[in-house]
Amino acid sequence: MPHSLSTPDVTTPGGLLLVLAVLVPFVGVLAGMVLGGRGARRVALATLAAGLAIAIAIADTLVRSGAAVVYLLGGWTPPLGVALRADGLAVIMLLAVAVVIGGIGVYARADFGTPPGVREARAPFVFWTLLLAVWGSLNLVFVSGDLFTLYVALELLTFAGVPLVSLGGQPETLRSALRYLLYALFGSVLYLLGAVLLYGAYGTLDIGLLAARVHPEPVTWAAAALMTVGLLAKTALFPLHLWLPPAHAGAPAAASAVLSGLVIKGSWFLAVRLWLDVFVGVVTLPSAQTLAALGAAAILVGNIVALRQARLKLLIAYSTVAQIGYLFLMFPLAAGLAAAQLDDAAAVNGGLLQAISHATAKAAMFMAAGLVYTTLGHDRIADLRGVARALPMTLVAFALGGASLIGLPPSGGFLAKWLLVSAAITTAQWWWALVMLVGGLLTSAYVFIVVVRALAPAPEGWTPKASVPCYQQVAVLALALCSFLLGLAVLCPVDVAGIGRAVVPGIGSP
Amino acid sequence: MNTPTLFGLCAVALVGVGLYGLIVNPQPLRKILAFNLIGSGVFLLFGAIARRGAAVGMGGDPVPQALLITGIVVAFSATALAVALVLRLFDEAGSVTLAPDAPAEPPDA
Amino acid sequence: MTLALAVDISLTLLVLAVAGWIIAVRDTFAAMIGFVAYGLLLALVWVRLAAPDVALTEAAIGGGLTGALLIGAAARLRGTEAAARAEYPGALTRTLAAVLAVTVAAALAIGVLALPDPTPTLAPAAAANLATTGVGNPVTAVLLAFRAMDTLLEAIVVLLALLGVWSLAPDRAWGGCPGPRRLVDPDGVLAWLARLLPPIGIVVGLYIFWIGADLPGGKFQGATILAAMWLLVIWAGLADTPPISRTWLRVLLVAGPLVFIVIGFAGSITAGAVLAYPEGHAKPLIVAIEIALMPTLVLTLALLVAGAPQRIPPQ
Repeated sequence: MPHSLSTPDVTTPGGLLLVLAVLVPFVGVLAGMVLGGRGARRVALATLAAGLAIAIAIADTLVRSGAAVVYLLGGWTPPLGVALRADGLAVIMLLAVAVVIGGIGVYARADFGTPPGVREARAPFVFWTLLLAVWGSLNLVFVSGDLFTLYVALELLTFAGVPLVSLGGQPETLRSALRYLLYALFGSVLYLLGAVLLYGAYGTLDIGLLAARVHPEPVTWAAAALMTVGLLAKTALFPLHLWLPPAHAGAPAAASAVLSGLVIKGSWFLAVRLWLDVFVGVVTLPSAQTLAALGAAAILVGNIVALRQARLKLLIAYSTVAQIGYLFLMFPLAAGLAAAQLDDAAAVNGGLLQAISHATAKAAMFMAAGLVYTTLGHDRIADLRGVARALPMTLVAFALGGASLIGLPPSGGFLAKWLLVSAAITTAQWWWALVMLVGGLLTSAYVFIVVVRALAPAPEGWTPKASVPCYQQVAVLALALCSFLLGLAVLCPVDVAGIGRAVVPGIGSP
Repeated sequence: MNTPTLFGLCAVALVGVGLYGLIVNPQPLRKILAFNLIGSGVFLLFGAIARRGAAVGMGGDPVPQALLITGIVVAFSATALAVALVLRLFDEAGSVTLAPDAPAEPPDA
Repeated sequence: MTLALAVDISLTLLVLAVAGWIIAVRDTFAAMIGFVAYGLLLALVWVRLAAPDVALTEAAIGGGLTGALLIGAAARLRGTEAAARAEYPGALTRTLAAVLAVTVAAALAIGVLALPDPTPTLAPAAAANLATTGVGNPVTAVLLAFRAMDTLLEAIVVLLALLGVWSLAPDRAWGGCPGPRRLVDPDGVLAWLARLLPPIGIVVGLYIFWIGADLPGGKFQGATILAAMWLLVIWAGLADTPPISRTWLRVLLVAGPLVFIVIGFAGSITAGAVLAYPEGHAKPLIVAIEIALMPTLVLTLALLVAGAPQRIPPQ
């Protein structure tokens, strides 16, 4: 039987690393629960280092073997068993998340310490355990090869993300968390409904087997539509974005960085996985155009609303709404390239780079806003005077992150948009290029306003409300630099993202 | 019309009823209830599919049946978290309205 | 056959009527009571669908625990009912919602009627591999062998939900006891039930847990019954919820998943793959995992219903 995924269903050397990537963070959660208080933080920081090493080892295995890394859990072959698979897309996401979580962990050391004289405090305990939980869930989303395991992964991600929104405990954040939870549950139940229909029609939940079995018929279209809408609600693509800005802006800075930089990428990645690997012969170009049209609307609406915000954290949150839009421009571009029998790498790599550069840049910007808040005691954009003097490194980081969102060279955002624009021109869909241009201009306007306000000299005799540790500033700058220099990935000799991916499944495969 | 098909149709009707309730009912607790109705509809559909897969002396395909148990437990966990959020919101704010400043549209697809 | 079909049709109509009533009724408390009845009706449907394992789970968790949770919450939120009615949407929104709901249901119905015949099924594959797992109940074999990863992750899901519930404690109550302190009413019906039922419930719960390897039943269903018994004793005021800072509690909460993971990784050495079992030892290892998961599940399920910590117990 022809397989559309080039991965054979046997455990490959190094496959065990995939199990570790998923379970090590969860073991950290369990250990943190028992040790509690300061122990939870210690465990989390140790796990961050171990997890980064695992991600690097997986990347090394992938590049050396030149094929996807596979692990058959329990030795059972799908469809009866469950497989973990990591192709180039998954491995790049694994690595990016490990780096961003590491940066956030270093930053959060200062904000989430257990106060002296207390054995365990609520916010630090919850933050450190759930930080690891978010990580394990994301890794599971990236490497799982089974639609139901992915459903469990989505729920894990929701349960880990919602308490981070309401960590502050104020009524507004509780309300945002509740709205987020309702959207997320609605999204997962639609996703599950789609998965159920696919099982009923094709008798498997395995992504690789489904890719070979699905064909265009009403039940497949219904499943694809349900799963896509569900994932869009979880990713907060316009017009299902209303829950996001208050939820992301109301959380503590480190939690906002996790939510905005990482959590929404989980459901987006799953949508990419489904459209590129499962439904590739089923979805039509017009449906991909619809996704991108919603993306374009998100870019315009998100950026314009961001421009009108008075508070820095809300501005950054609305900017996320816009940046999510870019993530969906890749769909018609990839479909267009595939339809023209061309390599869809430009569109796919563009989307992937956009996801990573946004993850790093947005985490850095939210954490920069957190430092600004600590220093000034507020985050009103009109009154950012003195930031440049008190936090020079952080302002540079904010500007670098902003540059990546705008798409200035050599940032990751630049390369991402360059790839997407070139794919748009190759496939004669120039209007998406126009949207990206307008989006870039709007983004530069609000980044510019913030930086100019922050450069204004502080009034006489002004002193910071509180001083922030140097390592927090370094962590923010490091993530921003990652985003800013990501464009150099173009120098990478191998197309890592393409490893282990399907060429294009043969038309007419059963 | 046989039993699995009948309950499969019952399942999709439950999804519809739940969807309606999720959209029109402004109370968070009723939205949680509606979400549970949709969930049970999805589970029931899976159960009908499992029954259709009866073979080799088994009354149904055991794989969906096992996944259903997982699904029911997950849905319960989600309900518990949502209820705890509603109750804490009530303690802090004295009301449970979802509408702060922006119009609190329910997630209508 | 026709009699069976008549039963099924009446059951379907009853389920749909109760579901519609739950959505339409004005009083939230009444809707929650309706939901418990709905859960029990669904359990009957599961029996008719030849899924006794699911029927037990639905009755215990879907109807029982979820019902208790929702009824408790509705009782506390009675005062917000009037304010919520003012927010009820107008006729236009309701019509659009109805149109959307009917469209989605109709589209899905077409999908259901178009499902292939013969249906693809994994029953033969499960049957062929059942012997290697040593257990007699194919559902248990799926949960703990073929798709053990899902079950492990599910145990973690429940734990994360509990962490989420705990995170909603006020800062001052962190480490304290979940839920309000119940006062014992020695002559009350609740106290009477709480003395009468637990011995029976514990036996039934343990029995359902124990037979799960070979017959319908298992850890989730058994754990739910035990959790319900514990909650009954708590609600009657005969016992209090434990402070969440207790080390024994934390250890028991993580013991289940941790043992699962340890046995899982041991499989990579002894049986060639994580979550595989060495030949001939599958059944004892599966039973060991289930026994380790049992206290974890009982505590987690009960504490999920008990809610966020609210008070520091007097020293």
